[in-house]
Amino acid sequence: MLVSVLNGLAIGSLLFILAVGLSLVFGMMDVLNLAHGALFLGGAYLGATFSGSWGGFLAAFGIAAVGGLVAGALLSLMTAPLRRRSHLDQALLTLGVAFVVAELLIIAFGDDPLSAAAPPALDGSVTVLGAVYPTYRLVLIGVGAVLAVAVYLVVERTRVGALVRATVADREMVAAVGIDNRLVTTAVFAVGSLLATTAGVLGGPIYGARPGLDATVLILALVVVVIGGLGSVRGALVGALIIGQVDTLGRVLLPELASFVLFGALALVLVLRPQGLFGGPASVGAR
Amino acid sequence: MTALRCTGLRRSFGALTAVDGVDLAVEAGARHALIGPNGAGKSTLFKLVTGTMRAHAGRVELAGRDVTRLSEVARCRLGMSQTMQHASLFPSMTAAETVALAVQRHSGERIALLPRRRPAVAERAGELLAEVGLGDRRDVRVPALSHGERKQLEVALALACRPSLLLLDEPAAGMSPAESARLVALLAGLPPEITVLFVEHDLDLVFSLADAVTVLHLGRVLLSGTPDEVRASEEVRQAYLGAGRREELFPT
Amino acid sequence: MTAVDAPAVPGGTPAATPRAPRGRAGLLAVAVVLVLAAVPFFLAPFATTTLTRILVFALFAVSLDLLVGVTGLPSLGHAAYFGAGAYAAGWVSINVTAQAPVPLLVGAAVGAVAAALTGWITVRSAGVFFLMLTLAIGESVQQLANTWDSVTGGANGLTGVPSVRIAGEPLTNAGFVYWYVLAVFLLGFAIVWLVARSPFGAALRGIRDNEPRMRALGYPTALYKYGVFVLAGGVAGIAGSLLAAQARFVALSDLGFLTASFALLAVIIGGAGSLWGACLGAALVILIRDALGPSLDGHGTLVLGVVFVLVVYLLPRGAAGFRLPRRNRS
Repeated sequence: MLVSVLNGLAIGSLLFILAVGLSLVFGMMDVLNLAHGALFLGGAYLGATFSGSWGGFLAAFGIAAVGGLVAGALLSLMTAPLRRRSHLDQALLTLGVAFVVAELLIIAFGDDPLSAAAPPALDGSVTVLGAVYPTYRLVLIGVGAVLAVAVYLVVERTRVGALVRATVADREMVAAVGIDNRLVTTAVFAVGSLLATTAGVLGGPIYGARPGLDATVLILALVVVVIGGLGSVRGALVGALIIGQVDTLGRVLLPELASFVLFGALALVLVLRPQGLFGGPASVGAR
Repeated sequence: MTALRCTGLRRSFGALTAVDGVDLAVEAGARHALIGPNGAGKSTLFKLVTGTMRAHAGRVELAGRDVTRLSEVARCRLGMSQTMQHASLFPSMTAAETVALAVQRHSGERIALLPRRRPAVAERAGELLAEVGLGDRRDVRVPALSHGERKQLEVALALACRPSLLLLDEPAAGMSPAESARLVALLAGLPPEITVLFVEHDLDLVFSLADAVTVLHLGRVLLSGTPDEVRASEEVRQAYLGAGRREELFPT
Repeated sequence: MTAVDAPAVPGGTPAATPRAPRGRAGLLAVAVVLVLAAVPFFLAPFATTTLTRILVFALFAVSLDLLVGVTGLPSLGHAAYFGAGAYAAGWVSINVTAQAPVPLLVGAAVGAVAAALTGWITVRSAGVFFLMLTLAIGESVQQLANTWDSVTGGANGLTGVPSVRIAGEPLTNAGFVYWYVLAVFLLGFAIVWLVARSPFGAALRGIRDNEPRMRALGYPTALYKYGVFVLAGGVAGIAGSLLAAQARFVALSDLGFLTASFALLAVIIGGAGSLWGACLGAALVILIRDALGPSLDGHGTLVLGVVFVLVVYLLPRGAAGFRLPRRNRS
């Protein structure tokens, strides 16, 4: 039971890292970045390739971070010309990019699933309240917590963060006031993508890397974002923790229908409270 | 007979109460205007009546029947139809196709799953378009219509629903004087079986068409009466000029 | 929200009402059908088989176009119903009978039921939210198929599907299979086309263009959307049964994200809403994937991804869009 809760927290932690970027990009620009899952997968493959040593782990982490930044900036630039068209077109563009990335990954790493080991010293287990639990997952929970605090501080206490919050709340007003958002939006896109790729590296020991993982992870992230509310960091955290538990429990109790539970949760939230737990009314009903 | 009766309607948006306990009675066959300065709550009240928005308190009765819990779709089926302030139409269709959509819904026949020739529908659509002055624009696609023409099309749409209560939201907004005059003539010429409630800013139009006027201010009814009574009212003047304060206008 | 300007359909302002095939267009359609029917007489078996695959995918794409182009519901999970129909038809062919029209009807029924079960709540959302939900449906159904391996064969797929039988005789010849698929394709296309041109279809286009206005006119739009969702699921199921009949093998990927996205790509390339455009788009997708793919080391998907990106940028109306203006500017 405790193990299940801890697993839920570990997954939730990972999901928060993954989803917060998606949420902010969606909240700020109404761009649904469907390539987000492919970015995670890229990081996962990197982690799997270099796994086994601290050097490898850190190298994978570093490459993933840089790759994520670049990818995010590129995506931001690519979707910019479509800002005048519907949000659907932008989402479809990212879908096309997701394909290309997923295919490139298969070309580079092959069809077979890869696994990643936790870095040495973290690959053991620890006794927690009588139960034996993998160290790595505890560390993951810790990392997620630290990151949550860091993101919170940036968004709530810095000027850049204030700009992000303002844009989520009322994009047109920010533009009308004369602030040029483009740098901030590109930066958010870049950092969000960085978080996605590094989440892939961090998630390696849990999820491994295989074709199709990008779609699975994308859906998890989407559910988190919708439940938490678009553009809300707090929402991403709460949503991630909830979905972490729901997904873990679901896989234990109803393995065949675990995904349907997620679908049900997503559907209920979209119909009953489309703005999610912490989202503002402006984000409802994107067309 | 009261075509429409609203009792104690209330609707808030967070801390702002846009409609604050409004009572409204529209007599059958009336041409009833709803006026008031900006921010008075007219649009919100309009949406509460049509069912586009849920009221937080109060009742709406259509010809004596309580429709408060009914959806917009259900109210339309019961005889309520509306035009929208910003002409809200179908960009891929022609004027005739647009009106045909409304006609086919209210023709009493089931909507067929297979194509069929329905000359009656096309004919009625043509009649309605001619009535509103769009007779020679039937095959023009909506994006090619001028603003005034789109507003006329809105009226044709609303009439196609065979309403007993016709609700118009600023029908003359953005129209030229000639178009407004034609609209007034059209509305005045409607049969008495159709009751008309319209929101308007153009006071000349209001006073030339309306036989009853309700003035809304700050979410409440300031005055309800004949056009002459409203025109003569000092309170109404103060509300429009901003000279009146809430306590003066609504003594408790 | 600017009601007149907001396009609900990917790629821009939607195609206008498909008009009756008068004169030239009608003759063209008949000519195309005749040429298609004559194909096995002049094409080699491999090319015939490729064309068969195109027809299967085209019917699937047409069913998606009914949702996306006609009704404005952008679905990324439509492959769930295609695959469900394929698995059902395959399973029935193996375990019950392969006699036409049984697998066909089973495929249609399963596709429709799956759509009915998942669609009720899904059609109550719109735009990118609808997209997300359908994505989740596709993933869920694929996971279900993966774990339910006693019926579906799991990760190995459903193998050994027998040939379809017509009046007791199995169709083993590539040409006969082609004619069977062509006949069902024409039937399915006709159904979708007739519905799109019906009063119901006009209402669907109204919903696509401006759903709130339709509600104000007294249309119960959720019900209409649900109806077309189930119909599209059924037609996708029919296409799935054709897949089972043609490939005689059903894989998990047939239900998945990639298949659903390719179908969406086909619809967009061809110009959403025109139906026949989706067929052209399907042909392009299958040709790139299957014919070009081998010469690209099997990486046709990569090319398709690039094409996808380019199409979204460059062709707001798709190939079908260029023809329409003639009749509609007044």
